[in-house]
Amino acid sequence: MNRRHFLRQLLTPLVGAISGWIFGIRPAQGSTPEGEPPRSYGMGIDIEKCIGCGSCMTACIAENNVPQPFYYRTWVERYAVKHDGEVVVQLISKDGQPVRDELNERSVLRSFYVPKLCNHCEHPPCVQVCPVGATFQSPEGVVLVDDQRCIGCRYCIQACPYGARYLHPATMTADKCTFCYHRLAKDLLPACVEVCPTQARVFGDLESTASPLTRLIRMNKIHVLKDHLNTEPKVFYANLDGEVR
Amino acid sequence: MRNVRWLSERGALRLWRRPAWLPDAALRLSIVLFVLIGGFVMVRRALPVAMKDREVQVTAAMEREQAREVTYAGASACGDCHEDKALLKKDGYHRNLSCETCHGPAAAHIANPTEIKPPAPRDRQFCPTCHAYDLSRPMGFPQINPITHNPVKPCIACHEAHDPKPPSVPGECRACHGEIARTKEISPHALLECTTCHTVPEAHKVTPHSILPTKPTTRDFCGGCHGTESKAVGVPKVDVKTHGEKYLCWQCHYPHMPELHRREVQR
Repeated sequence: MNRRHFLRQLLTPLVGAISGWIFGIRPAQGSTPEGEPPRSYGMGIDIEKCIGCGSCMTACIAENNVPQPFYYRTWVERYAVKHDGEVVVQLISKDGQPVRDELNERSVLRSFYVPKLCNHCEHPPCVQVCPVGATFQSPEGVVLVDDQRCIGCRYCIQACPYGARYLHPATMTADKCTFCYHRLAKDLLPACVEVCPTQARVFGDLESTASPLTRLIRMNKIHVLKDHLNTEPKVFYANLDGEVR
Repeated sequence: MRNVRWLSERGALRLWRRPAWLPDAALRLSIVLFVLIGGFVMVRRALPVAMKDREVQVTAAMEREQAREVTYAGASACGDCHEDKALLKKDGYHRNLSCETCHGPAAAHIANPTEIKPPAPRDRQFCPTCHAYDLSRPMGFPQINPITHNPVKPCIACHEAHDPKPPSVPGECRACHGEIARTKEISPHALLECTTCHTVPEAHKVTPHSILPTKPTTRDFCGGCHGTESKAVGVPKVDVKTHGEKYLCWQCHYPHMPELHRREVQR
């Protein structure tokens, strides 16, 4: 990268932001648009039930045309805690086959699967950093990307503490889990929840008094990922191990 | 500014003469400001609403997102036509599975039922995706070793996938203690009968809660196979007198799935 290239990369978003400010194309304020949110969606994941089959990954890719290989909107990690305390995290492939190389299974003390996806934070860092306001929270609290505004600057990908975003290689815009927003509009469950064979994933309205999700949150000890960042994730994990980062 | 001078020199601006109290620089500055502000206002007016109003942008983006096609039709879609399978599945162990978990996305099939058929996995490759033994899976989840479990035979030869059951009704212990039986099945103790360690009174089957089977109570019981004096072959051995100090064997080892010699099962 030469100096001209560096300066161009540095100044383009700046010029964009300044002209956006002048012409009133304002970035998001990290708040939801006006009006009562009709619902507040969330997901519950029971680690004790996940069998690491990868059905959710396959379904997500098929439902959302996720570019393959390399990119996932949801993915499943296998955590292996070894006898010496070392923690090995492996991404399982979408046909449910864990990537097992270089890990002696006999050295494993305990192991389990952790499905991950966008946490649809209440305070999303990705929304705060977007210089053009292309990413926003829907009234239901779903974090979405406006692919017609996104300039592909990758700030949000950097800012997401959960690694849930990627740059779509064809459109060159940020892309991420939408909780299958198009399915919710048709009263369907997100594809990953739909196909999960063990009901390790449940989905619902966080404000409802009785739903599979509220039941999971009510009856289990619940953790969220990276609680200390105060992002207030809306993906709730039951039976989560302390080693999960 | 050169143009202003050029015009004024040729009398074009003679209609309005700069008053003496207005310095030339101030006049020029105000012309520049006028052009800038006017330009700003004009550009601002010329911009379409969609570029200025955040509400509009967000609504449009949400509508675009909602308009996307659905690929997976959902759990309730299939039963309308495939009532027999839905009825079969309703009470089985697979009752909570969506049809599309195994058959793949079916929205296209619903739109065009005759030409687009979702696949039905009938070979031995598919079921092990969930049911192959994997030590990371939750204990008690029904798992098999695909290499040793009836090789070559397709799964559906013995199991009806919509209502999966073992080919024979589980008798004896595993009828009730299925989770323990399935755990033991993939452990080094797989070949031991339950009665090797537990004595089960016949009445336990009638009144299971009041009449209980026995459990081993001493270290010497495990020592029968795992003690140094034992004649058992291929068994890990320890000196039961000193090994483990004050604890009994099952306070560290789980007998239905002892942690030593965990077998690595390949798919």
